[in-house]
Amino acid sequence: MQTSITNTPTRYGWAMIVLHWLIGIIFIGQFVLGYVMVRIESQRTSFELIQLHKSFGFLLLGLIILRIAWRLGNAAPALPASVGTLERRTAPLAHFALYAFQVALPLSGWALVSVSTLEIPTMPFNLFVMPNLPLTESDASESFWTSAHWYLAYAGIALVALHIAAALRHHFLLRDAVLTRIITPSSSGE
Amino acid sequence: MNARILGVAAFAACLAMPVYAAVALSDAAGSYTISPSGSSIRFTIGKAGGGGFDGAFGRFKGTIRIDNSDVGRSKVDLTIYPESVGTGQGRIDAFLRSDAVFDAANNPEIQFRSTSITRTGDTTAVVTGRLTARGKTFPEKFTAELGGLKSGTIKFHVTGKVLRSRYGMDVGTPLYSNVVDFDMTLTGRRG
Repeated sequence: MQTSITNTPTRYGWAMIVLHWLIGIIFIGQFVLGYVMVRIESQRTSFELIQLHKSFGFLLLGLIILRIAWRLGNAAPALPASVGTLERRTAPLAHFALYAFQVALPLSGWALVSVSTLEIPTMPFNLFVMPNLPLTESDASESFWTSAHWYLAYAGIALVALHIAAALRHHFLLRDAVLTRIITPSSSGE
Repeated sequence: MNARILGVAAFAACLAMPVYAAVALSDAAGSYTISPSGSSIRFTIGKAGGGGFDGAFGRFKGTIRIDNSDVGRSKVDLTIYPESVGTGQGRIDAFLRSDAVFDAANNPEIQFRSTSITRTGDTTAVVTGRLTARGKTFPEKFTAELGGLKSGTIKFHVTGKVLRSRYGMDVGTPLYSNVVDFDMTLTGRRG
């Protein structure tokens, strides 16, 4: 049985599975990194962690663009018949919101470094210079985008927690395939 | 202005003809104390993607001794207080003073002691010496150009490049260049 890259009506293909877990792990890692990097005592370590956070942020932005493009060309598999009406209506909204946060977080971070009066250049993984967004730098804009990035991060991680709780509920309480189908890819035999 | 040009000419002449210009040489020879007014120590570090950031040290002290008979035996001592670094951006200043860069609390002085001075032209010389920062010492070279000499005051324009990584200050490379471009004006007053 060969695994399939694309989704099927009931299962996810491995491309979506890989993107899902890669983005999920980086997203949660970024939250932890972002929390630690501004609280750590060593200014040097703090500086270096912030640069790492920026690098992963741009990686995340690239991956999410790929994921949205893939999603647009690959309908998500239908929910199992056992899923109730309320969840059938709210789950797509939650998933849409998760996508929105995945886009908004890297973009708000990019805006933050673009308007910062520190004018620190951005070089994702020291590979190339990422230009700033065409925004005017000022202390006021920097503090606005710093707050925006933080609020989005807390709201985003809360939504991720809800997403994880829902997945665990499906697996352990409802005992359906909602969690396992994002782990085991669809196969060409289906 | 005329006096200054004459002063430069006199100094140049005395450097060129030490044997015949004993009177002129006595104008420049002697010990000078670097005066904060009329002196500045500025630096620039290039940034990835263009531009750079500029800073200056507000507090420093030093002496310049011009040898009577042999320029090569002249001497320059300079002490810079990194606590006084200023870039116009308070957060960057705090970062530079912290243990990320200068660690000014534990290393309050950056010192330069010349070891040899080699003339390269009528008014120019290369000053070689030992630079100590954060407990590390390396030989460094600076180019000095005589900018003025008059009534007990001597002025040099000093430039040079220092690799900061050697002094444990490599933070931020390659976003910020490893090369620090120094541009100093040192005015010494006799005494």
